Amino acid sequence: MTPELKGLLLVSAIKVLLVFVALLVGVLVVIWVERRGAGFMQDRLGPNRVGPLGLLQNVADGLKNLVKEEVVPARADRVIFYLAPLMSFVTALILFAVIPFGAPLPPFDVTLPLLGRVVHEGPIPLMVADLPVGFLFIIAISSVAVYGITLAGWASNSKYSLLGGLRASAQMISYELALGSSLIVVLLLAGNVMLSEIVAAQQRMVWFVFAATLAYLMLHIAAFAETNRLPFDLPEAEAELVAGYHAEYSAMKYAMFPLSEYVALITMSAFITTLFFGGWDIPFTAWDEQAAATWSLGAVLRTSMTALVFLGKTFFFVWVFVWVRWTLPRFRYDQLMFLGWKVLLPTALAYIVVMATAVLVLERWGIAQDWKYGLILFLVNVPLVAAVVFGLDRRRVLAGTQRRVPMEG
Amino acid sequence: MAIRVKVMRRPEREVSYLRATLKGMAVTFSHLLQPKVTMQYPEETAQEGFWHLSSRWRGTHRMLTDEQGRAKCVACGLCPQICPANCIKLVPGEDEDGHRYPLIYEIDEFRCVFCGYCQEVCPEEAIHVGVHYENAEYQRERFVYDLERLCAQTHPVSTLWDPSDPRGE
Ligand code: SF4
Ligand code: SF4
Repeated sequence: MTPELKGLLLVSAIKVLLVFVALLVGVLVVIWVERRGAGFMQDRLGPNRVGPLGLLQNVADGLKNLVKEEVVPARADRVIFYLAPLMSFVTALILFAVIPFGAPLPPFDVTLPLLGRVVHEGPIPLMVADLPVGFLFIIAISSVAVYGITLAGWASNSKYSLLGGLRASAQMISYELALGSSLIVVLLLAGNVMLSEIVAAQQRMVWFVFAATLAYLMLHIAAFAETNRLPFDLPEAEAELVAGYHAEYSAMKYAMFPLSEYVALITMSAFITTLFFGGWDIPFTAWDEQAAATWSLGAVLRTSMTALVFLGKTFFFVWVFVWVRWTLPRFRYDQLMFLGWKVLLPTALAYIVVMATAVLVLERWGIAQDWKYGLILFLVNVPLVAAVVFGLDRRRVLAGTQRRVPMEG
Repeated sequence: MAIRVKVMRRPEREVSYLRATLKGMAVTFSHLLQPKVTMQYPEETAQEGFWHLSSRWRGTHRMLTDEQGRAKCVACGLCPQICPANCIKLVPGEDEDGHRYPLIYEIDEFRCVFCGYCQEVCPEEAIHVGVHYENAEYQRERFVYDLERLCAQTHPVSTLWDPSDPRGE
């Protein structure tokens, strides 16, 4: 083995381990935040008994799920029944592989005991795999995740599960389109699908939330549907479908579904952060953007600071997801379809046209891609967002929501 | 007969969920910061502090006793008669002086629906429902309270709803 290969393998192994552990710990923390947040929003305390502040409650629940009895419905399709939770869990985990979570570390060339000489040429990107296909990978894999849910619903051989699975696939199709087309704008701006390049482009210009506000809003709405969370948790819909696609699951197989939901939640938040909120970029500073060539305290500090900032931003979006979940009721099915097909999709398509024109015009004028470029795009976005909000608000801006048409008869 | 379909006129044009969403988010956020009402149960109980049980609370029974420590019950048989859950077991006895007393008096608290009729009907004010809620046991049999156990209870007794004083003033 050459030192370079050794270096690559070592670094990859460490990164995989790091991301895996961080995600699982993150899931525990997010579930804790969700449960206690729900409690606080409902004027109660939430689980606060196991461990400090109730932090270990989820560990206890996980242990409980591990030792519980596994029940398989008599007429279930066994193979797929066992496969489905794995599919949703693994796809949720894999997604995080391409998300950059910190500034690159400098290269190294050291001799380690046992391993011998280990070399890593070029800066070490803080992501498991800097895939050239970047966020296309995320879109592709996140649509595979729906197979887990649909197959779970189908394999359980139960009418409620099947309905849940069907809903999941229909919902996924409606929102995948809006999600994909809203991201085309990001593609136009960054000129690259590699997530590390997208982060770099945002450091050059402005965060894309300003340069492509509408795309961000659409991605955020679609993210609720992608992660099957309220207000779009129709596949689960415990009030109508018992528990939807996982009604027949028990013990750890069941726990896989919420686990993958929360992993997907974290990944989606990280994805939104990366695409629209500058990834690990620390705003208003430039010192975090110069890549360090040698190992020093500064380089390590830079990487850890950016990783912390990334964590903070991601957590903010996780919190928004939690907050929305405990606020909004579930959409009716036709409303969901209406929003997906008749509102989001046409808006996204029109938005692509407008933004493409804007980018083309800016290119003709020969404006460099710096903060001025971003500012102009922001000014283009303001009226667009205003128009969409006006339209969504059913063309009224002043009257309150409580007004009702008196019913006759 | 022709089928009539009633068409609901939903206020479609007038509603917007955008605004309602934002308003809702503001409401949930404000509740996040408000004081919580959870009782930390084993440490705090309903007798102390913010929480209190109504004096009309109907919990597990208590049999009142006279000065000699005997149950006040005269085994008249009214409470087993009126009990809608049929959970009072009474075997009457009579001593040399002709005083009636319960030989066996048992209440199955599992079957009891805590209606309080037994307290209302008792001519001797002997059996009462109590202001009490901590009743956990390890065995089901322990929920059949015998006379001795009923007499040994110390929790306050319920003041049932009084029609002449509906607000309990
Ligand atoms: S409270 Fe009602 S149900 Fe219970 S023992 Fe008395 S009469 Fe029977
Ligand atoms: S009504 Fe009162 S006196 Fe009569 S049997 Fe019941 S407890 Fe005894």
